Amino acid sequence: MKNAKSSVKNRPQKTQKKSTLKRILHYVGRYPFALTGCFLFAILSVAANLLVPVFLGDAIDCIVDKGRVEWETLSRLFINVGVAVAVSALAQFLLSLCNNRISCNVVRDMRRDAFHKLGNLPLQYIDTHSHGDTVSRVVADADQFADGLLMGFTQLFTGVMTILGTLVFMLLTNWKIGLVVVGMTPLSLLVARFVATHSHKFFKEQTATRGEQTAFAEEAIGGLKTTIAFAHEDENEEKYNEINGRLEKASLKAIFYSSLTNPSTRVINNVIYALVALIGAFAVVGSGTFTVGSLTKFLSYTNQYTKPFNEVSGVITELKSAFACADRIFELIDQIEEVSDKDNKALDGVEGNVALTDVDFSYDKQKPLLKDLNLQVRPGQRIAIVGRTGSGKTTLINLLMRFYDVDGGAVTVEGEDVRHITRRSLRQNYGMVLQETWLKNGTVCENLKMGKPDATDEEMIEAAKAAHAHSFIKRMEKGYDTLLSDGGALSEGQKQLLCITRIMLAKPPMLILDEATSSIDTRTELKISDAFNKLMEGRTSFVVAHRLSTIIHSDCILVMKDGRVVEQGAHTELLAQNGEYAALYNGQFA
Amino acid sequence: MKKILSYFKPYKWQSLMGPLLKLAEATFELLVPFVVAAIVDNGFGAEINGAYPNADKSYIVWACVILGAFGLFGFLFAVAAQFFSARTATGVCALVRKDLFKKVQSLSYRDVDKLGEATILTRMTGDVDKLQTGINLFLRLFLRSPFIVFGAMICALIIDLKSFGIFAVAIVALAIVVYAVMLICMPLSKKTQGKLDKVLLSTRENLAGARVLRAFCKEDDERAQFDARNEELNKGRKREAAIAAITNPLTFVLINAAIIWLLYNGAISVDAGNLTQGQVIALYNLMGQILIELIKLANLIVTVAKAAASGSRVEAVLQMQSSLKILPDEAESTQTEQTEKEPFIVFDGVSARYTDGGENALEDISFTAERGQTIGVIGGTGSGKTTLVNLLPHFYDVNGGQVRVDGKNVQCASLQAYLRNRIGVVPQKAKLFKGTIRSNLLWGKENATDEELWQALKLAQAEEVVRGKGGLDAPVEQGGKNFSGGQKQRLTIARALVRQPDVLILDDSSSALDYATDAELRKAVRTLDTTTFIVSQRTSSVRDADKIIVLDDGKAVGIGTHDELMESCAVYREIYFSQYKDGEEGGAA
Repeated sequence: MKNAKSSVKNRPQKTQKKSTLKRILHYVGRYPFALTGCFLFAILSVAANLLVPVFLGDAIDCIVDKGRVEWETLSRLFINVGVAVAVSALAQFLLSLCNNRISCNVVRDMRRDAFHKLGNLPLQYIDTHSHGDTVSRVVADADQFADGLLMGFTQLFTGVMTILGTLVFMLLTNWKIGLVVVGMTPLSLLVARFVATHSHKFFKEQTATRGEQTAFAEEAIGGLKTTIAFAHEDENEEKYNEINGRLEKASLKAIFYSSLTNPSTRVINNVIYALVALIGAFAVVGSGTFTVGSLTKFLSYTNQYTKPFNEVSGVITELKSAFACADRIFELIDQIEEVSDKDNKALDGVEGNVALTDVDFSYDKQKPLLKDLNLQVRPGQRIAIVGRTGSGKTTLINLLMRFYDVDGGAVTVEGEDVRHITRRSLRQNYGMVLQETWLKNGTVCENLKMGKPDATDEEMIEAAKAAHAHSFIKRMEKGYDTLLSDGGALSEGQKQLLCITRIMLAKPPMLILDEATSSIDTRTELKISDAFNKLMEGRTSFVVAHRLSTIIHSDCILVMKDGRVVEQGAHTELLAQNGEYAALYNGQFA
Repeated sequence: MKKILSYFKPYKWQSLMGPLLKLAEATFELLVPFVVAAIVDNGFGAEINGAYPNADKSYIVWACVILGAFGLFGFLFAVAAQFFSARTATGVCALVRKDLFKKVQSLSYRDVDKLGEATILTRMTGDVDKLQTGINLFLRLFLRSPFIVFGAMICALIIDLKSFGIFAVAIVALAIVVYAVMLICMPLSKKTQGKLDKVLLSTRENLAGARVLRAFCKEDDERAQFDARNEELNKGRKREAAIAAITNPLTFVLINAAIIWLLYNGAISVDAGNLTQGQVIALYNLMGQILIELIKLANLIVTVAKAAASGSRVEAVLQMQSSLKILPDEAESTQTEQTEKEPFIVFDGVSARYTDGGENALEDISFTAERGQTIGVIGGTGSGKTTLVNLLPHFYDVNGGQVRVDGKNVQCASLQAYLRNRIGVVPQKAKLFKGTIRSNLLWGKENATDEELWQALKLAQAEEVVRGKGGLDAPVEQGGKNFSGGQKQRLTIARALVRQPDVLILDDSSSALDYATDAELRKAVRTLDTTTFIVSQRTSSVRDADKIIVLDDGKAVGIGTHDELMESCAVYREIYFSQYKDGEEGGAA
């Protein structure tokens, strides 16, 4: 099983991955009505739009010279124009609504899928991937994709329709001039392509340099206080300016070359325009069928025909980057999920029997961490885990909570392998306080009731009093209703007290305390110890602490070193052994 | 925008050349309808039964060659215009970024706290990028479109006065539409931006709080919350887009109505012999150009408006002034005389608070330290320990009293360089920077020799760390990600020691170290000839200090040696016993 899993992880995902376009279409396909509307209105608006110059051209033919104006035909034509314009405008508006509906909904759906994925991702992914990168996939990439999709839908679609429609009209009116226009088209496309491929290179360079600068700025700002303390501003500035200079050059090239697309396609269009004018003028002069009005039609068609080419080439670049963004979102959506626990049964009747048998585990397969770990815990026992930094204490907790799965052996609760029960039922039975406190953006009350949403305010206040958090919460601006954003103005210690209150309120059958009081001063810690002791009474608890005085009364102390439990026993036994524990214990009084 | 505009100074002529050349290009475009009109009116000659027997063929050819030439010249002007615009945009924004970085680095601790690191970063990156795009587009297109619009209007004036009226009415009507849409869209887009922030918040929380949320089985609740926020955003987006969707059809209708009016009027004039057919065609083409330009303009306005918003956010940072108070030296001279013999460091009735109007974080603290002494600062969470030591290097201003070093107020100008260069600070949160171990250590002293570096590493108990990573030139990843908390802490201590500082401040810097290493470290530091401040929650860390300051809720409740305080200070005794209790009875967890 171990091998199977790791091989899945290493294999590139491309094989079964459908093409990006197909997947996007799949999302788009969920809105068949809007999509049909999109097609219909596009055809309608383009057709009506193309008729307008026809009528206007005919109208011009009615205005020949002094005393030679055909008023009757003219007024009929004006009505025609009015109707065509009204139809086209309405169709355009409805088309936009359909487009917006599709692109907004598609992005909402993709965002939702991506976010829903987050909750099912193995913690390994979250621990090892930059949060900023994941956030930008869900937020910025999705936005850019939406823009690209919208633009693609509105402009690519109507653009192509306009080109086709115009072509038909032109060929019907005068196929010779029409062919000239068609013949020149590839030139315009070629030029656009040439510019695009060349500017792409510079864009890449710009993106890379910008990334470098952002990374440097991020670090410099994150360490701003250190920079100020060491008067290191000038050196930072020098380095920043060096990157800034390179970025300026790269941006200039990228912006300049990419901005050549429009003028160069325009110059070709203008040449086509001149050619059409020339051939058209001679056609007017030479024959009786090609009128001045036809020439006007043709000229405005030439403009109308070449304009979408400019747009289409712009849209294609936009779409390309939109697809790249979609790819990044799909990459997140495609991440392998945690093993499903849908068919597992729920754990109930927990008394607190926990066992680890022959557990092997490592984060990085190259560096084995836990080996053959064995541990039997009876209900109500207090297990302490001590050891130097990096000895694997926190890892044990990751396994107990099933944040990570073991590589070998098993973790069991009440005799059930944790892989055979639902994660939800397992985790509900644990109360956890970590060293790295995390509070949700929300009110104090919301945060405290996280583990027991139906708790009354009285219960909550009682818990807060027990955790000695009540007094400082009361002093906050709005007491329990104070909004905490990004941790607010709370100190690490106060945040930890809130996390402890959370557990005191939830009162789960088993407890995990990973350096739960590390940021709380020892005096406060002593004050809340009674409440803690009461809470731990009858509950199986796992306590990680480097302050050894806090754990000497544990039923069993596990001393970890380099991923192994090197000593195991009660405080006095371990001291008597005069080994690692004794060294640690005596060390703190040195 | 004033401040941002000042960055255009070095690019004065480039920023003028861009639009000017663009206008030249537009002029060629405006002339096209005239040439076409000339072909019809002069080239064709009189129409006789649908044929043109008197057509001047060479005239037609030349007119078309001129059309082609206009295209080519337009191209050359456009390319030059693009270059100058790009040059200006990138140049201006490079200057802005440079100044932003400089400004940000000159801010005080308090300003950084207030503004937030995330905000500063987005302004330096995303906002400046948007500004750059905006400037470039503005120079290239924003002037071009109105120019073509008004140019077409003037051309119409040249051709026919009556038609000019139609143009004027049409343009005013169009301007009203565009403006109204903008007016409605801008606040809407601000609102949806707020909704996007909520979506961002949800995402960030679910990554940063993954463990806690899973521990409390909140995944489904979080999903529901996200879905609600996502839907809100979607609704906002759709509303915004629906209003924007009106713009194009509406301009289309307006322009075509104007064209019909124009042709009707033209027909009357031609009928009366006041206008030629060619001129009517020219007017019609001019109106068509206006339509194209207006659609471009409407799309552009959104981008430029966003850029302007970014610009004002950037400007807000550029205009910030460091809130740190620096006093001129003269004000100090009188005091120096009286206090010539006072101890090296003096805290004289110091009070400080973090926010104006907030409660005092420190109140009326007075103590002195002689050169070479070790001062312990102990107290509970939030008791003001860090605030106290941050006042010494003048990272924050005092709100009352004075901190003096060598008899000089730390706020006085001449002392600033000394404070930054002769005080070694090891902050609570260990920060390393991308580069090598050596490059990080050299922060402490630019020209330190290897010997000095190793000496500092030895004192900081970090020799092993460096050897384990492969020596001084071992790479340090961004934020020191490839080092553990304890390793980082030891390296930051070494960094402070490299400069052999006069004053060393260890702000709870051994929290990630185990007791044994911590003890070794303190022993090593004691051998140095520096005045050392040790901030800690552990009595074991400060018990050997020459003087211990016990803080409780911002007040000094005891100052003295360990033995004195054990006698006289109840708080200190409580702290001590909470950690020792004869090594027998411990608190829980």
